[in-house]
Amino acid sequence: MAAAQRGGMTVRQRRRLSRAVQYAVAIAVVLAVALLADWGRIADSFLRLDTAADMFPDVWVAFGNTIAYTILAFIFGMIVGVVIALMRVSGFGPYRWFAAVYVEIFRGLPALLVLFLVGFAVPQAFPGITWPGGVYGQVAIGLGLTSSAYVAESVRAGIQAVPRGQVEAARSLGMSHTRTMLSVVLPQALRIVIPPLTNELVMLTKDSSLVYVLGVTASTVELTKFARSELTSSANATPLLVGGLLYLLVTVPLSALARRLENKGDHR
Amino acid sequence: MSNRLVAISGLRKRFGDNEVLRGIDLEIGEGEVVCLIGPSGSGKSTLLRCVNLLEPPTAGTVHAAGHDMTHPDVDLDAARRDIGMVFQHFNLFSHLSILDNIAIAQRRVLGRPKAEAEAEARRLLDQVGIEGKERAKPAQLSGGQQQRVAIARALAMGPALMLFDEPTSALDPELVGEVLAVMKGLAADGMTMLVVTHEMAFAREVADRVVFLDGGVIVEQGPPSRMLTEPKTERAQSFLHRVLHPVD
Repeated sequence: MAAAQRGGMTVRQRRRLSRAVQYAVAIAVVLAVALLADWGRIADSFLRLDTAADMFPDVWVAFGNTIAYTILAFIFGMIVGVVIALMRVSGFGPYRWFAAVYVEIFRGLPALLVLFLVGFAVPQAFPGITWPGGVYGQVAIGLGLTSSAYVAESVRAGIQAVPRGQVEAARSLGMSHTRTMLSVVLPQALRIVIPPLTNELVMLTKDSSLVYVLGVTASTVELTKFARSELTSSANATPLLVGGLLYLLVTVPLSALARRLENKGDHR
Repeated sequence: MSNRLVAISGLRKRFGDNEVLRGIDLEIGEGEVVCLIGPSGSGKSTLLRCVNLLEPPTAGTVHAAGHDMTHPDVDLDAARRDIGMVFQHFNLFSHLSILDNIAIAQRRVLGRPKAEAEAEARRLLDQVGIEGKERAKPAQLSGGQQQRVAIARALAMGPALMLFDEPTSALDPELVGEVLAVMKGLAADGMTMLVVTHEMAFAREVADRVVFLDGGVIVEQGPPSRMLTEPKTERAQSFLHRVLHPVD
């Protein structure tokens, strides 16, 4: 009892006091911001409806491109990532080593640098090469390479999470190693890694903003670059708010979906 | 013993410093039902898993279902089609429906058309007494039902030999009977079976021969009527006493 009543207060009293102080500080901060901020100026910088209206309908092109870049990079990343994951768990040493080096490289490089490599360095070094699909192809590969390293690591973890007994049952039926992988292990592994892959899709949605470095045109512009151009031409920050809201329109539901899938996985 | 379906000779299996099997010789004739009994850690399951080479033996030879399992050039995938295996924890493919669990290897390994594979799967489900669960996932079935599906899955490959690795040890007691009944039916149909089990009543009723394993060697074997009532060796006597009178 003596220890619990330090300073003449019980544990519960001290906890209540501490919480009251935290509420008081929070209310003081909110009040200070509300009273001291120049609301007219803020509204004028961020909330100009006429500037927002000017962005439409062109902003839909940029929004569509952001989605397209994300999906293309995700598809490329998934295909390459699954192949690398299979190599990573292969019984054949050179496959495993190649996959390990691949993952280390593309997980360790900034996505922006890889995008530069794909967009400028490779075309310069190999003048004959043009990426299929123009900017879309460059983005799919440039962002997809980085993404594939994360996908590969997720899928590898998923493969290793499939119980050993599933493999033994498949092999005891006469399935080959490859057939077991394709028909039994991989389908279960992909189910296990749907939540982390959904998070990867959220990351890619945001990383698609890097595409501007490739020099996009009016038809290939994505959301961040578009918002930045509007910011310059209107000398107003409202476009950033609109662009940000459009990103959240995609990323918040995706994150919620990932959380739901994760919880569902726990209950199984 | 007419036609030998299993011939194991000088089989040894070592995990690191631990030698689990120390020289096993065992032959099983066609249509024979052999029950492997013995204390835990005696090597029963390892012996079973060496028959279809889920565990590669350290030394010795294994012939099973007409295949030289330990020959370097053996086609293990082909050999395993002829050797069905049923696991303690069922190991049904959790992402597939009951019907697909039984059909997938027929289609992907034997190359049967979908309709034919599913017809065979339905026939086998009928044989093991599962009705109306074709579209269910394994997790929706009781343990006893899952194990019967697992037996049907193994039978779908048309095996000449069936291996059972403690098939009822993971089941609630009231579900043991339905699985043993299916196994009894198989034995009556003339299936050659090697069964690791603790079900002495099953061994007494169904087995042609009971093999007692301890410390990685076969200590004693014989017909169940004698083995389960008056074993000759002291080790088998004390094991059986512990199993049959657990509270003494």
